This record gives sequence, C-alpha cells and structure tokens, in this order.
Amino acid sequence: MWGRCEGSGSAEYRTAVEPAEADGPAYLCECPSPRVPCKHALGLLLLWAGAGGAVPRGEVPEWAARWRAARRERARGKRTGGAAGSAPRGADPAAARRRAERRAGRIDQGAAELERRLTDLLRGGLAGARRAGYGMWEETAARMVDAQAPGLAARVRELGAIPGSGPEWPGKLLEECALLHLLGRGWLGRERLPPELAAVVRTRVGLTAPPGGPPLRDRWLVLARYDTADPRLTTRRTWLYGTASHRTALLLSYGAAGRAPEPDLPVGLALDAEVSAYDGAGGQRVALGERFAPPVPDPARPPGVTVTRAAARYGEAVRADPWLESVAVTLKAVVPQPAGETWQVADAAEDTALPLTARARDRPGLWRLAAVSGGRPVRVFGECGHRGFTPLAVWPDGPGPVVPLC
Amino acid sequence: MSEATAVEAGGPGSWDDLVAAALLGTDRRPPPGHTADHTAGHPAGHAAGRAAARDAPTALLDAAAVATVRRRAGLAPARAADRPSPAPEDPRPPLPEAAARRLTTLLADRAGLAAGGRRGAAPDLMELLPQWLATANARGYTALSAALPALLDAARARTDLRTAVLAFAGPRALWLARWNPDWRFALRTAGGAGPALTGPSLTGPEAAARLWREGLFAERVALLGSLRAADPAAARDLLVSTWATERAEDRLMFLDSLRTGLGPADEPFLEEALSDRSRTVRATAAELLSTLPGSALAARMGRRALSCVSLDLARDPATITVEAPYACDAGMERDGVAARAPAGRGERSWWLGQVVEAAPLALWSARLGGRTPAEIVALPVTDGWRDDLHAAWCRAAIRRRDAEWAAALLGAPTAPGVGGPGGPGVVSPAERSRLLGTMGAEERAAWVAGFIAGHGLSEAFQLLVVCGVPWAPVLGRSVIDALDIARDAGSYPWSFSGVMGLAERCLDPAEAVRLDALLAPPDEREDASPGAAGYWAEAFRRLVTTLRLRAAMAAELGATTPDPPPTAA
Repeated sequence: MWGRCEGSGSAEYRTAVEPAEADGPAYLCECPSPRVPCKHALGLLLLWAGAGGAVPRGEVPEWAARWRAARRERARGKRTGGAAGSAPRGADPAAARRRAERRAGRIDQGAAELERRLTDLLRGGLAGARRAGYGMWEETAARMVDAQAPGLAARVRELGAIPGSGPEWPGKLLEECALLHLLGRGWLGRERLPPELAAVVRTRVGLTAPPGGPPLRDRWLVLARYDTADPRLTTRRTWLYGTASHRTALLLSYGAAGRAPEPDLPVGLALDAEVSAYDGAGGQRVALGERFAPPVPDPARPPGVTVTRAAARYGEAVRADPWLESVAVTLKAVVPQPAGETWQVADAAEDTALPLTARARDRPGLWRLAAVSGGRPVRVFGECGHRGFTPLAVWPDGPGPVVPLC
Repeated sequence: MSEATAVEAGGPGSWDDLVAAALLGTDRRPPPGHTADHTAGHPAGHAAGRAAARDAPTALLDAAAVATVRRRAGLAPARAADRPSPAPEDPRPPLPEAAARRLTTLLADRAGLAAGGRRGAAPDLMELLPQWLATANARGYTALSAALPALLDAARARTDLRTAVLAFAGPRALWLARWNPDWRFALRTAGGAGPALTGPSLTGPEAAARLWREGLFAERVALLGSLRAADPAAARDLLVSTWATERAEDRLMFLDSLRTGLGPADEPFLEEALSDRSRTVRATAAELLSTLPGSALAARMGRRALSCVSLDLARDPATITVEAPYACDAGMERDGVAARAPAGRGERSWWLGQVVEAAPLALWSARLGGRTPAEIVALPVTDGWRDDLHAAWCRAAIRRRDAEWAAALLGAPTAPGVGGPGGPGVVSPAERSRLLGTMGAEERAAWVAGFIAGHGLSEAFQLLVVCGVPWAPVLGRSVIDALDIARDAGSYPWSFSGVMGLAERCLDPAEAVRLDALLAPPDEREDASPGAAGYWAEAFRRLVTTLRLRAAMAAELGATTPDPPPTAA
C-alpha cells in the first residue's frame, strides 16, 4: 500500500505500508519524523481500514517495489544469519550431553517424588485431597518446576481445580491422577518404550525438542486463533490448514502476561510458507519457517469429515499419545442444536452428534455458531476430544468468509 | 458421549469401584482385584507375581490409567437429539461488504463504551447505530447472521433500539432468541414488528381468531394492531366479539389500538363504550369520539363549548367573553368530562378546559366573526379566562393535529415573550414541541430555526428532537450559528452537550464543510472560561468527524441521504 502525502509546507512525502509481514507491519516514509510508524503511515492505514474504497488497488510503483524487495532481502539474510549464529552454541556436544543428563536426572527424581505423592494420596483417599485444597497441588507443582519438568508441573496445577468442578469430580480427578501416574511411569521406563512413544513422553514431561521435521511448504489457511492467559503467560494457538498437503497444524506461541504473542495471523487469510513439525507432539504442532508472501484472503475451505470419523480420529490419536486432550478436525456438515441442558453438533448425514464442551457452551461463539447455521448444516472447524467438541470456526452454508468463534 | 466399555459394565473392576476405592483411600477400601491381605501390613514384600509385588495405590492407578486411556481411545459419538426446525428463510438481499464491516465496528464500540471514560474527539458510534439501522431497514437489507448475537445484546441493553433491531435482524434472530433466555425480550416484542415476523400462520381469519382467543396479551395487542392497519372493520369486529369478557386494563389497551384507521363506522361501538364500567375506558372512548369529525359526541361538546364562549362586539376592540359551566351534569360526565377537579384548580375552569378541548376547532371561526385562527388567538379575553381558553385550544389542536391552529397558538418564533407569561402562546415547552409535531416538516424546521435565532439554544433541545432528520438547511445553519455564538460567549461546550449530541446525529452531513472554520481553536479571551476554546475545538472536531462518518455509512448502504431514525414520542 502506498500513497503520497502533502506535508506541511511544500514537501510531499512518499509513504508505503506493508500491513502483513512476518514480524508485523513495515513502514516506509520520506518524512523526517523519528517515529515509526509516522503519522503519514498511520494516516494511510486509517484510510485503508476506514472507508471501503479509499485506497484503490493498483500497480505497485517502482520506488515502493524496490523498498519491498530490499526488505525481503534483508529479512532472508537475517534468518540465515540467525541459523548460522546458533551453530556455535551447539559446538560442544559433550557439554550439551552432560547438561541433558543432569536435567534427566533431576526429572527422574521429580517423577519418583510425584509417584510417591500420588500413591500417598490414593492410600489416604481423594476425599482428603479435597479438604487439603489448592495448596497441596501448588506445592507439588513447585517441586516439579524445581525438577525442571514443566509438563508435569502444569498437569499437577490443573489437578487443583478439579475438586471444585462439579459433582463428578472424583472420577475426573482419578482419571487425571492415573494419566499423571502413567506419564511418570513412562518417563522412568523411557528406555524400554518404542522410540515414538518415548518422544511423546519426553514432550509431555516438558522436554521440547526443536522442530525436527522436514520443512513443508504449502498455502496455509488460518482457521482459528485464540489466546489463553494465566498470570504468568499468554499462550496463543493458531490452527493452520495446508490446502495442498491437507495437513492441520498448530502454531504455539507465547507472550509475557498481558501482551499479545506473535505472530498475529488473522483468521480467513492464507499464507504461503514453510512449517516444520515438532517431534513427539502427535504431528500437530509445527514451527513457522520462511514465509514467501504476505497473507492474503482466501475463500478455500477444508473438506471436512463426518462426526463418526472425527471421534475415531481422536481415538487413533490417543493410541499414539495417551495424554492427548483433543484433535483438530473439520466437520463437513453439522447442525448445532440444543440437547437437553447442553448443546451438540449433529451430523447432517448420520444420526450421530458430538456434545459441546463446557468451555464452548459458555462462550459467545456458541451463539455466533447457532446464528450462522440457523438450524441448517454448516462446516465447522474445532477441537474434538474426550470432553466433547469445541467449535473454533464456522463457514456459512452459502458463499462467505469464515466466521471465527473463539 | 457414550464411552461405555467393558470396564464400565459393572461388576468387580468397574470404573465406579475404582472411583469408590480412590475416594475413600486404599487403606480403607482395597481396589477391586486386589485382595485385602496384600495391603494389610505387607505393602510390597511379596515376590509372588507382579500384581502382588505392587502396592495397592499403584495397582489402583494402573487400573485407572488403563480404563481411562481405553475409554478415550474408544470415543464414540452420541446420538443426535431431535432436530429443531431451521430458521425461516430471509428473502432480503445481503448487506454490502463495506456496510457489513461498518456494522461490526458499530457493535464492537458498545463493548468499549461500557469501560467509560471521556470521548474526546472520537465519534460516539453507539449513537449512530439507530440511524444505521433505520437506513439499512429502509433499504431492505438482511442482517449478517454472524452479527445477530451482538445485535440482540445491543437491543437487550437499549430498549429504544429494539424495534429497529428486530426488524433488521429478521426471522433468524427470533429463531435464535428462543435458545437464549437473555433474548426473551425479542419474542415478547416481536409480535407487532411486521408481517414478516407474525409469519404465514396468521394470514387466515380463523388463525387470527384463534390467536385472539388463545394468545398472550402482548400477542393479542400485536394482532389487533396489525389487523387494524390492514382492515379496520375486521379488527373492530374481532374486538367486539370478546369485548364484554375482557379485563378493564386490557379493554383500555385494545381501545387504544382503534386510533389507527379511526372512522365513522367505529362510532356506534365507541358510543356504547361511553357507558363502560371503567372510567379510563370511558374517557378514552370519549377522546376518540371527539376527534371523529361529525360524531354525535363532538357535536354535543361543540354545543356546550359555544354556550360558554362568545364574542362581545360592543367592546372595542372586539373581546371574547367566557361564561364557564356552572355544573358538570350527567350528560357531560357521560361524554368524558371529569367532574372532580385536581387540587388547586377551580372546578369551572377545569370543566371549561375539557369542554373546549373536546369541541371541534372548526366551530370557532363561525362563532367569532369569521376570523382565522391567528386572528382569534390575537383577540382579548375577558376576566382572565385567556390562559384557560388558549391552553384548551392548544390541547385541541394537538389532539386533532390541526397545523393551522398550532401555528396560530405558537405565534411568531422570534416574538420576545414566546412561552413566557403574556406571550401569545401560553404553552409549556412540552406542549410547544407537541404543537410543532402537528406541522409540516418544513414549517417546523423554519419555526425552530427562528426560535433558536431569537432565543439561543438553552430551550431548544425539546424542539430539535421533533424536527425531521437530517435537519433542513435553515435549521442546521441556525444551530451552528448558535453554537458559534455560545462559544464566543466563553461558556464550556458541555453546557450544550445535549444539542451537540443531537447535531452529531441530525445535521445534514453536507453541512460538514461549513464547520471547517470552527475547528481551529480561537484565541483564548480574557473573560472566557479557562480552556474552553480547546474543548470547543474538540467538540466541533467530533461533530465534523461524526458527520463524515454518517455520510460514509449512508454511502455504504447505497443511500444518498441518511434516513430518519424513529423519533422518540
């Protein structure tokens, strides 16, 4: 986007904005203002955002194209430079191995400690745990942080909320304790596990391996994006769908509390980029690699499956990763509808349905979903798991852009 | 979700047994499949077999882990519940893309406003929503379905938006409102909002009759209202069919809906209602009859009024003499005259006021020497009856929407004493705007413009509210000039925030260019309030920004001028 802006006096500034770049918008202006973005660039953005046709489409003028090309060049240089810069850090493999062994030893101790606490808990009964309240879980979680096992710590912290979650808390708490036990046991016996499962265990305990998969270039549709915040950290989940590879991929990013994490990919756009998968994350989580073009609106929709197939897909994924809460699926044609006290998405072609999760029922997105559907089948993207289905995006029956639900 | 597996099928080792053991603790209740003697005192000592080697809590956790993973891996969908019937089709064309984006912005501002804070020069987007809705409704667009929840939430918070929102949101919003208790108001309000909402089921007379017999009160009022608009006689017949059995409050509401399409055919029914058990029903029937030209009641009231008011030509100048009624007889009471005067009001003046109000205005010209209303209003009145007589004429002009009399009673807008004691119009500010309401849009705008030019903005708000939107050029100019004068006088802009807010919503966007000169902060004068100049510049900036925004909104909806929002009655 570019324009000419009459400054004060006789000066005329050439101003250009690249609204969707890998690391946020980029600005160019000839004015002497030290601020970035300067008022001319902001004015251009306002014109663009405000009235429908204030900034017409057109050929990129030569000066703006040159700037853009130079920016691309620099960005590429930075990336390859960054990769080269990281090489010396891994230069001493022996030291790295020693560090890894030390950490594994700490986690061993943490896992053993966790096992002891779990068996003590069950010997005395979960009813007692309820009386002990949050504090006991917080303390155990702090121990897991000391043991450098953030995955275990996060799971333990979540246990603390279950006793207040409703009449079915004992069953839920037992489930989660058992899975935690399974994870601790899995870690302690990791040498005897098949390599894929061992990788899953490592990731779940909190040892994230760098993204090791081969880079996969595709046109990635941004299906959904939502942030979850706790007092320390904001976590952003961005779901992507590869239009050629038909893969659904999750970008996880983090920001300090109260700040929005990067990248800021708006739902409904498509992005020509490379991603590479993390090991031991069920193949869902990826890291964003090089981007070849800024994101542009794209009317493509993922094809979608039936409700039965979506449930089966979760079951299959649990076989590879027993700790998996949900998988991302697109339901081809479902009707959101009330079912007793709750809501469900009912398949248009089968007599089957997935109940909505409690999280989905409390969000305004439920009403947008119902409004867009109007009782007719719609295509819905969301997370399908043992707690039910959480809708994240819906496409209207006719033509029209995707409607975010989260 | 039916996750039933063998583990949950009951018997030893079922999930419920595992939960029970976990809840109580394995010390008290050994887990299923784990015999008590393993746990009692010999936690891990046995070497006989793996199960025995593990202690009871571990065995319990192992079993629970197996059960949990098995259940999750075997996830099966639930059965679909009964399908609701889909929302009715909305045949209106979809919103243009830019307008759809604009609506989303307007609705998003609602959330921001709740946080409070000073607006500065930013336009108040929520205040523009009524206008946006009116324009969209006039152009006949259908709502963006994804925006329906936000629209319903907005209408829930602001009752004045409800009619426009529900008309715009259409049948799908009503379909949606059934599922959310927060939106129940939509189902209550919707009935009368138009044929699209009452649905095809009410087209037949039998269906209407059944709804009339069995419907809720609000549904019945809505039915009567829409039927009256289409077929006045059918609506009256429906009302007559159950009149005797209705409750007094309901009779009053139903009677009120006869205002629409009132005609001579209604007279027999209304005459009968003059003997109703309820006083308020009698009064309403009398009021309706008095506005019916040529009704027997209007004639009776006219005779009574003429006997009270006459012209004394012996005096110079000619003077109106008033002989107020000495008693309120049974006939007057039956015709709706309230016998008991409110405290502090003389009985005779009270009766006179009601008789003159209910008498046809056309009588007076003949009675008072063929004079026009303006000439009649200018006549002197004897014995201090002038205010009573003029006040009654005001009410009569409002009741009959008589523009000529209204203009006469309002007088010249620039006259020094307008509204004050001794001026031609003895009317209250509220009555003044109601008198204005009977006049044509053009005369109304011209009168208010003149009033503002003569009296400034301090009493203008109520008058501006009744003017058509966008304001006529003459009116807009006089408001801008008056604001300019107020600024130069050195007061703060928030003394005029009401008028300023109206101007943002009602000025013709084309006037924005005339405001450019006011945007620059003028030199601070010594006698001005400190900082006022800056606040005025900010207020004018907001005004101009809002006007531009309105022009953009109208253009996005394909309208050349913004359509008027429903004026508050």
